[in-house]
Amino acid sequence: MTEKELVEFRAEVAAWFRDNAPDDPGFLLPETFMEVGTDEQFEFLRDWQHKVYEAGYLGMAWPKEYGGGGRPQILQDIATQEMAKARVPFMTNTIGLNWAGPLILKMGREEDKKRYIKNILSAEDIWCQGFSEPDAGSDLGNSQCRAVRDGDEYVLNGSKIWTSLGTYARHMILLARTSTEGSNKYAGLSYFLAPMNVPGIDPKPIQKLTGEYGFCQTYFDNARIPADCLMGQEGEGWNIAMVTLTFERGATGGQAGGISSMELTVNDVVELARRVKRNGKPAIEDPDVRRQLVNFLIESKSNRLMGVRSTIPALASEWPTAVMMSGKLRASELNRRLSRFALSMLGANAARFVSDEATDGGKWQRGYFNAFSATIGGGTSQIQKNIIGERVLGLPKD
Amino acid sequence: MIKFTDEQSMLLETAADFCRNHGPIEKVRASLDADDIDRGLWQEMSDLGWLGINVPEEYGGLGLDISSIVPVVESMGRYLLGSPYVSSVLVAECLASCGSDSQRSEWLPKIVAGTIGTFALTEEDGSWVLDDIEAVGTVSDQTLHLTGTKMFVTDADVADLIIASVKIDGAVRLVLIERNQIPPGNLSREVVIDQTRRSFRLNLDGIEISASQVLAGSDLKAIELNSMLMLCAEMSGGLTGVLQVIVEYLNTRKAFNRLIGSYQSLKHPSADIVLSLEAAKSHLYYAATLVSDGDDNAETAIRMAKAQASEAFAFAGDRAVQFHGGFGFTFECDAQLFLRRALWCQYQHGDENYHCRLLEPLLLDQAV
Repeated sequence: MTEKELVEFRAEVAAWFRDNAPDDPGFLLPETFMEVGTDEQFEFLRDWQHKVYEAGYLGMAWPKEYGGGGRPQILQDIATQEMAKARVPFMTNTIGLNWAGPLILKMGREEDKKRYIKNILSAEDIWCQGFSEPDAGSDLGNSQCRAVRDGDEYVLNGSKIWTSLGTYARHMILLARTSTEGSNKYAGLSYFLAPMNVPGIDPKPIQKLTGEYGFCQTYFDNARIPADCLMGQEGEGWNIAMVTLTFERGATGGQAGGISSMELTVNDVVELARRVKRNGKPAIEDPDVRRQLVNFLIESKSNRLMGVRSTIPALASEWPTAVMMSGKLRASELNRRLSRFALSMLGANAARFVSDEATDGGKWQRGYFNAFSATIGGGTSQIQKNIIGERVLGLPKD
Repeated sequence: MIKFTDEQSMLLETAADFCRNHGPIEKVRASLDADDIDRGLWQEMSDLGWLGINVPEEYGGLGLDISSIVPVVESMGRYLLGSPYVSSVLVAECLASCGSDSQRSEWLPKIVAGTIGTFALTEEDGSWVLDDIEAVGTVSDQTLHLTGTKMFVTDADVADLIIASVKIDGAVRLVLIERNQIPPGNLSREVVIDQTRRSFRLNLDGIEISASQVLAGSDLKAIELNSMLMLCAEMSGGLTGVLQVIVEYLNTRKAFNRLIGSYQSLKHPSADIVLSLEAAKSHLYYAATLVSDGDDNAETAIRMAKAQASEAFAFAGDRAVQFHGGFGFTFECDAQLFLRRALWCQYQHGDENYHCRLLEPLLLDQAV
């Protein structure tokens, strides 16, 4: 496509989001797909995703025959950028759009693609993820949840935790143990595209440190799912889970696009510094605040520029995988520190929590607490640093 | 947003090969505190045409902009190569923009052919503010009498021309001093932290030059920003070099029957270092792009790059020494070479605190 066509397309998308941005619903919306805790929040967000898909700005580069737009990836990238710029609510079916969907398109059977892809895009079918377990933490390979073949079915027993959207989901990408034998703990794992609405599967909401909901612990009690829910072969679960994680970490393209959170940016915090007071003056005039803001602006610029430079092969460093392997680590840690710094500017009011008296209704306090979901979920920051040390730098395992 | 041409890619490849071949660490060690520059290396750089990359074509150069030098300097930094390359290139850049026609036609072809140039800007108080100087030039008839003292004049003993900043009638001006105009005894070697650097103190007292040796322009800011861009390139390369040293040791040294790289207390800071390198490299080539485009935001980009890389490289050098344990405390360990280089680069043309302070109005006080 020509430069001119791209510019025109960008303007078209920007205008659409400007004209179609939903009105304030009158209740505090969640800021990420992991924080959807009430029915009214969920329904509002599902309708919004549906509207964006109908307008053609989601799954634009996915194949047409399965419900995608069949258009160049660059258009989806532009649409996603404009969606972020417009500060509209996020696409709530993130696990379907960005993890399960691209996985099915890459490795799924033809019937899976036909069956699942369109409804992922339209938010008709919400997807959740069953990877983590209460006792396994970041160590996925240690999953204990069992799937035992019985005729045309698998019988599931055990539990999964941190199932975002668990009570709303119709399907789950599930990592379960089909065998306890084999040369290592990974060998007995299998991967399922499992239905949620069968007897014996029970997602129970977990109350978060914020006091809100959004995650579930999902219990399996002799739940029977069709055997054709198995993806690939028995024993291939670990490898398929690793492919899923490359999508989750944004290391590979292929996602449907769209934003999955109302990302806090450093400019939001600069803007906060202009309107809150410290020692009777705007906080932005305080020397300590100024220094910290500059540091955050540099760090945020670093993250942006790394993404840009990594697309130029000649400018790869001697550790070319470092940038793509560190996306979640860099973004989530910056977000956590930025949120905590924002709190520090509120003076004594930093000690408030979600309420009418709190600055911006308490969104800064809630945002700081919720920031931990990304520094912990999907492999804690500490695990991420192990991964960078081992897979990027080639250091020995511990 | 970041541009990198095929021409620059080719230059980068050549430079990387060249510096790898000339950069075994033994060779670097043999050159520490040397009495002369490596003449063979200098001749080869000159033969490759590197001294004319940013010199206009009419003076025998390639006519590219200063940002095209970045990949060359980054490669040199990777292997700790020391030479008057950066100072000569920057002197050419300064002459091309601030020199008179006759100064340009006299000196630029010579620099392309290997004539060495350097700057005399910093004074005894170590101030990073380049117009904060005391050196004076007094005109009588057609002669300029110089007084004052300059520090950190690199390779001054082998330089054929030195561009110095002095105040003439209260205004800061740049003057071009030729080697034969410096009385014996006015140059003395300085002991500096980076031993790959050959640095001199230049006593200006008693130096007399022709009034025609004053440069027409005196764009100190351009000198500062171009110098910083080169330091950022050196730091990006240096970060790569020091991280290689760290990774190699962490993968071979054992403690308590384990390779030390398996300990998270060493692994995690190493992960931080590789990410800081990726950031430094990204800021560097972004700044280079803006310089090349003549973008108004180039100053912000360069100061950001300098602040980020200064801190990152110094941290990496510091950790490299620590991670080598007892060996790290010895002169024999290469970690110290990189730490010394990092500290030189950090404290030339402003450290991170200095640049963050300057960035505050640039980033925070403009309309949003």
